[in-house]
Amino acid sequence: MAKPLPTGCSDPLRRHLLRSTGASSALMALAATGILRPGSVIAAEWPRTPFTATSFNDALKAHGSSASSESRDIVFSAPDIAENGAQVVVEITSNIASTQSISVFVEKNRMPLAASFSFANGALPQVRVPLKMGESSRVRTVVKTTDGKLWHAQREIKVTLGGCGG
Amino acid sequence: MSDPIKIRATLQGEITDIRILLQHPMETGLRKDIATGKLVPVQFIQTFLVSASGKPLIEGQLNTAVSKNPVFAFKARGLKVGDKLLVSWIDSIGDKRTDEALVAAP
Repeated sequence: MAKPLPTGCSDPLRRHLLRSTGASSALMALAATGILRPGSVIAAEWPRTPFTATSFNDALKAHGSSASSESRDIVFSAPDIAENGAQVVVEITSNIASTQSISVFVEKNRMPLAASFSFANGALPQVRVPLKMGESSRVRTVVKTTDGKLWHAQREIKVTLGGCGG
Repeated sequence: MSDPIKIRATLQGEITDIRILLQHPMETGLRKDIATGKLVPVQFIQTFLVSASGKPLIEGQLNTAVSKNPVFAFKARGLKVGDKLLVSWIDSIGDKRTDEALVAAP
């Protein structure tokens, strides 16, 4: 059974805390007081603008991820050729200190921003995610650090059968 | 009624391997139903949260470009065998699901 998800004013607060520097101690303090009930709380808002942007540059801009520099400290594993665009598994590990979030953009998808993950409380900045790709494309991953720096790594992935129309 | 989230968390030394399978069609709104020829309406998981013993570990925000029934793999430090992991998602039409599992020994 799905548990009811409480709504209310704690969501933006929790999001803010999750994203700000030194989040864990503040979060623990708040969790102890019961103001935050993580686990049963999902942030209410899904950032519509970056996710629905239809060009690579617009999506990067809306996500605040345009001004990134290339980094060799991001390990980005992906197939060079994917036979089935409906499931292209990519794995991203950030070796950049104080990584806060990892986002994935598929340049030629109808909506390039595919997913974004943030990490706290001992979660390692690493994710494996299965993507749909409409056609062969460059895929870029952007790492944000807690002090607001932006880094990226990218790969060309060739898709022989597109996966967006079914 | 949504299908359960499958969660596997195994402690390997100091690191816990976390795998979650979110059972969801992740419809893009572009796919045609073969039987009716009509477009299947868009419905996809927008947000999910993984937390351990009440503390948020990983939050994910997704688009239609994530595969159906996606499996995510994560790693976390500082968990113990028996710690409770809670995973919740909510999708674009407001469906939601929460499931839990305990961190297991290898």
